[in-house]
Amino acid sequence: MASLKNSRALSLRIPEPRFRPGETADFSNLNISEAGVMPRPEVDTQPKDMRDLAYGLVRVLDKDGQAVGPWNPGLDIATLKRGLRNMMLTRVYDERLFRAQRQGKTSFYMKCTGEEAVSIAPAMVLNHDDMCFPTYRQQGILIARGYPIVEMMNQVFSNALDPMKGRQLPVMYSSKAHGFFTISGNLGTQFTQAVGWAMASALKGDDRIASAYIGDGSTAEGDFHHALTFAGVYRAPVILNIVNNQWAISSFQGIAGGEDAPFASRAIGYNLPALRVDGNDFLAVYAATQWAMERARSNLGATVIEHFTYRAEGHSTSDDPGRYRPAQEAKLWPLGDPIERLKNHLIHLGEWSDDDQQALHAELVELVRAAGKESESHGTLHAGDRPSVKTMFEDVYKEMDWRLIRQRQELGI
Amino acid sequence: MNKPITKPTAATEAPETIKMNMIQAINSAMDVMLGRDPDVLVFGEDVGYFGGVFNATEGLQKKFGLNRCFDTPISEAGLIGTAVGMAAYGLRPCVEIQFADYIYPGYDQIVSEAARLRYRSAGDFWCPMTIRSPYGGGIFGGQTHSQSPEALFTHVAGIKTVIPSTPYDAKGLLIAAIEDDDPVVIFEPKRLYNGPFDGNPDNPVTPWQKIEGNDVPVGHYVVPLGKARIARAGNEVTVLAYGTMVHVAIASAETAGVDAEVVDLRTLSPVDIESITASVKKTGRCVIVHEATRTSGFGAELSALVQEACFYHLEAPIERVTGWDTPYPHAFEWEYFPGQKRIGAALKRVMEA
Ligand SMILES: Cc1ncc(C[n+]2csc(CCOP(=O)(O)OP(=O)(O)O)c2C)c(N)n1
Ligand SMILES: [Mg+2]
Repeated sequence: MASLKNSRALSLRIPEPRFRPGETADFSNLNISEAGVMPRPEVDTQPKDMRDLAYGLVRVLDKDGQAVGPWNPGLDIATLKRGLRNMMLTRVYDERLFRAQRQGKTSFYMKCTGEEAVSIAPAMVLNHDDMCFPTYRQQGILIARGYPIVEMMNQVFSNALDPMKGRQLPVMYSSKAHGFFTISGNLGTQFTQAVGWAMASALKGDDRIASAYIGDGSTAEGDFHHALTFAGVYRAPVILNIVNNQWAISSFQGIAGGEDAPFASRAIGYNLPALRVDGNDFLAVYAATQWAMERARSNLGATVIEHFTYRAEGHSTSDDPGRYRPAQEAKLWPLGDPIERLKNHLIHLGEWSDDDQQALHAELVELVRAAGKESESHGTLHAGDRPSVKTMFEDVYKEMDWRLIRQRQELGI
Repeated sequence: MNKPITKPTAATEAPETIKMNMIQAINSAMDVMLGRDPDVLVFGEDVGYFGGVFNATEGLQKKFGLNRCFDTPISEAGLIGTAVGMAAYGLRPCVEIQFADYIYPGYDQIVSEAARLRYRSAGDFWCPMTIRSPYGGGIFGGQTHSQSPEALFTHVAGIKTVIPSTPYDAKGLLIAAIEDDDPVVIFEPKRLYNGPFDGNPDNPVTPWQKIEGNDVPVGHYVVPLGKARIARAGNEVTVLAYGTMVHVAIASAETAGVDAEVVDLRTLSPVDIESITASVKKTGRCVIVHEATRTSGFGAELSALVQEACFYHLEAPIERVTGWDTPYPHAFEWEYFPGQKRIGAALKRVMEA
């Protein structure tokens, strides 16, 4: 057979973000559905019959702070206020610990500013014994589940009461009692593990489900694809959350392939249902999680949810986003801020005011300040008390073998 | 379409040198090679516009264009696997793994693929790929920004493993690695990026630019793979070290008042057995130092080699000073790190034996 030789030289496409420092960001090209327009399918809908949901955007809160459309979860005022408080507490907590790192009290910190709804709304939907497999940016889950913020700070300071005994980098929390799986620094690994946990729950006839998180950038890791394969094949009771905050350190989401096809659409090839959701809309995230939860609890298997949001601050205390994206980009983000939007909703309902907001903020600042004081009294990374050095050799195995015993003696402790 | 070995490099006239820190030296190596060889390309996570989280690739995309230096998706298996494919085509990819701790998703591509293309195809394909990655502790990076996984690579037939300890070597070894026709993994001691480290975290870092004799040629040169360097000449005991620990070992010898000969291995695989043997036969004693965990660490290989080659010259048992057999604990950085105290004690023990 004669080969058809291509007469043109081949070339490669290398994606680049539309705007760089010094330029003005413009998000008018984003395909953002109006609030309320996306249909809400029955939870037993076949994935192939709801593919549009992978490309549209589920939104509930409109620009006037009204909750509209079929996805409105119809929450009572107390739940709305709890959501607002949890998000605000998370933000105040982040600000305090970011400053603490700058003051040299710890080595590192990571905020979730602008992404609070993505962790808090699901944590409020799920039962407290449903197991979450978070990344380093879902501290909101612990806060929503009532984990003491002093304990969180103890971890960040690696102090004498650090539940992780000084072993982990700051923000790498763990609490089985709060359905919060130990965080790994290695991206993506938790996604597959969550599917395994959910498979185990189903194998044992348990009623608990799992909820996994992964960043847009990390969807490129093999683990993401392994997780979708296994979740699809076995119909594992798991919610697979992709947090598309547009950035992975300095790489825009196009480097992970998010420009040509939304991350949610990855689900289609695995015959999994996908929801693409306004991640800065507390109500939309809440409703999407309810949908996925109901599906999982009904033995209908996994759902992929892409939370479309924006990383409003640097990647971590080690990062300077001004080096790779326009300075005002965060301000121009067309989906606003999750706290502002839920606040406006409560105001629209006549249940809240700017004064209430200020009073709550002041209360939370004071709460976090007091917690910080208490935590710091048990030490910070380079000053005061810390965990016993002896514990360094524990938990490598259940029991210490001769090597570790000998090494501990050699260290003279 | 594999092309034969790169053209031999012409000897250069008296080279112009400047002071560089280790990052600048590494950057300069890639800069030189991108400029000399159109088949060289640099890619990895955040290495393009941003220039890498440690700035190692800063300015390269701007200078050489998107096709020569670019960002990849966060997939170590993907970026190493594509590098293997490019190398098989005939390019010379030089890829960055952001931290050595994150190389594992790409391990299969290195161990089962890159390492064996030449062997399994009987020389039909080969893999001139370089992987650079910052390794080691001393920066409060916790267990996923501090590891020293070199032994996982020295154990693999078909891979060369390199660890520099100075800016001069970092540049010369990286150029040698890029020009090498086999896959090379270079672990860069991130604690040394800005300046040498004596093991005492309370001492301020003296920047490389202020270190006497730290002159790095601006142009092309190589430090050959497989050749060690005597970092400190001495007669009483041989210390085998690499990377960060070279500097800690030198400081330890001075503090302990032991006339140690510190051999900086530079290449771990293939290791310079001649330099090791010559030194140990001269001193009759050997202390091996590395930051990685002890069990099955590269020290075990070195100890076996020294025993095999120098048994009748040894006047004391070979000692290993290493990291403990635990993950790298965030708060106990300096209890974990094999510092001057432990190295000094080992030096004294072998002197008293
Ligand atoms: C396996 C692995 N590779 C690389 C890294 C380094 N790294 C840490 S965070 C990060 C970016 C992750 O971006 P994304 O998944 O979008 O999550 P985000 O930080 O935006 O929440 C990278 C590359 C890592 N931690 N693990
Ligand atoms: Mg991201």
